[in-house]
Amino acid sequence: MTCDVCKTNQATVFLTQIVDGKMQKVNLCEACSKEKGVTDPTGFALADLLLGLGAAQEIEKGSGSQKCTICGFSQADFKKTGRLGCAHCYETFEEGLSSLLKAMHKGTSHIGKIPSRLAKTLQLDAEMKTLQKDLERAVAEENYESAAEIRDKIKQIETKHEV
Amino acid sequence: MKISHLFSSPGEWVRGDGPHHQIVISSRVRLARNLRNHAFPGWAKKAERLQILEQIKPRVEELTEMQDAFSEYLQDLTALDKQVLVERHLISREQAAKGVGSAVVMNRKQTLSIMINEEDHLRMQALRAGLQLKNVFKMIDKVDSALEQKLDYAFHRKLGYLTACPTNVGTGMRASAMLHLPALVLSEQINQVIQAVNKVGLAVRGLYGEGTEAMGNLFQVSNQTTLGEKEDEIIARLNQVIEKIIEHEQNARQLLLQKKLSTLLDQIGRGYGVLSHAYSMTSKEALNLLSFIKLGIDLGFFPEEKRMAIDELFMETQPAHLQKSSQQKLAADERDSLRAEIIREKLKSFPKPDIVKPSGNGHNKPKNDE
Ligand SMILES: [Zn+2]
Ligand SMILES: [Zn+2]
Repeated sequence: MTCDVCKTNQATVFLTQIVDGKMQKVNLCEACSKEKGVTDPTGFALADLLLGLGAAQEIEKGSGSQKCTICGFSQADFKKTGRLGCAHCYETFEEGLSSLLKAMHKGTSHIGKIPSRLAKTLQLDAEMKTLQKDLERAVAEENYESAAEIRDKIKQIETKHEV
Repeated sequence: MKISHLFSSPGEWVRGDGPHHQIVISSRVRLARNLRNHAFPGWAKKAERLQILEQIKPRVEELTEMQDAFSEYLQDLTALDKQVLVERHLISREQAAKGVGSAVVMNRKQTLSIMINEEDHLRMQALRAGLQLKNVFKMIDKVDSALEQKLDYAFHRKLGYLTACPTNVGTGMRASAMLHLPALVLSEQINQVIQAVNKVGLAVRGLYGEGTEAMGNLFQVSNQTTLGEKEDEIIARLNQVIEKIIEHEQNARQLLLQKKLSTLLDQIGRGYGVLSHAYSMTSKEALNLLSFIKLGIDLGFFPEEKRMAIDELFMETQPAHLQKSSQQKLAADERDSLRAEIIREKLKSFPKPDIVKPSGNGHNKPKNDE
């Protein structure tokens, strides 16, 4: 493989970075990597400084010619732009995206801010789940008194919030 | 508010003096948000973009933070006005390229700027002088919390805020600081620092973001990832790294003073000489030379009261600002001679570098805690 910068020397340093949603691979020779200040190939690449090489290799995502049912966006469109069509595209292309997101980010689940309206729903969901579990356990233990209590609590929440 | 009012003052962060202002020019946090039931701006047809715009713009304008705001459709701004906003970091280059179907709303102090239908339906940023990422995040978080009451955001239980580009999904947050690092560049340590920063998952970019050149020894450091980490964790991590960089820059300055004084004085002296006597100057050369004058002020070679003049020149010598002030479109060579003229004029009242007492205002005492 030849160096992407000088296009003559044999490449010995291989870097990968995600730029605009695309995995870019940059191959450099010893001299060019030194010149660009790249000495540690395991570290994060300097693709920012190397942009415009045109040597990008994208990862193939998922399979087939899926289209988003809501907005009509296709995988080919994603490959072209590195952007998605609508919020629903995240469901449509979930399979291919999950590996991409995993490679791009620190984790695979959001643990930050939640819109306050949704936060309440999510909290109720969690509460209901614990109550359901408590109920199952109480029934299994034939503890019918506490099972009845738990059922009342569940009913209360259901009527109050029309879950 | 009219755009002429907006342009008449340079914006708080340019003349700001926030924490660590000698090395950290500004702190910025932007959030990306989208509406649940609409295609993202890049994929939506014109009619849908207009619909989105009319849904969002009034909600943004009625924010308490946006009383007395400047609010404009992109097609109603001239190319030059857009470029001035880009140079002030108030809109992105991507937004400047937009026309019908996009808008920008910003407050008078130019600390808040909200772009509608950029890459996402909403791109909102807060921008302040110096290192104060936490405060800046609080500002924009408040705006976001107010808007979420009125707009139905696209939010996924597992993936968080959904964005047009998967690199922004999760928090949708990009926090960044603009750093002035002349000593790390002069002492050739900058690449090492950039690599170390990259290694911990943060990005370093040039003055105008992705893919731009590092001019004027100015570097933007920002978070690279947005999923799997809380907003305040991202900011704390970024802050920690920036404080380390500040320390390295300060050490590099001390080292230059102690071990390479003639190299340092040569740079500052040449900068002063060329800036005071040149008759044609590109914006890149101007930025690079002004950087050394700024360093000279930090180190006490020039009087502290000259700082503002230099900080303003960083902005005034940018191509669009230059044309705005001369009220005409100028060819590149005309810009270069006007730029040189403005700089010469400003430096007339500037004393020669005072090389007798190099430790000057004492802002750069070496740190022993490493
Ligand atoms: Zn090479
Ligand atoms: Zn879609």
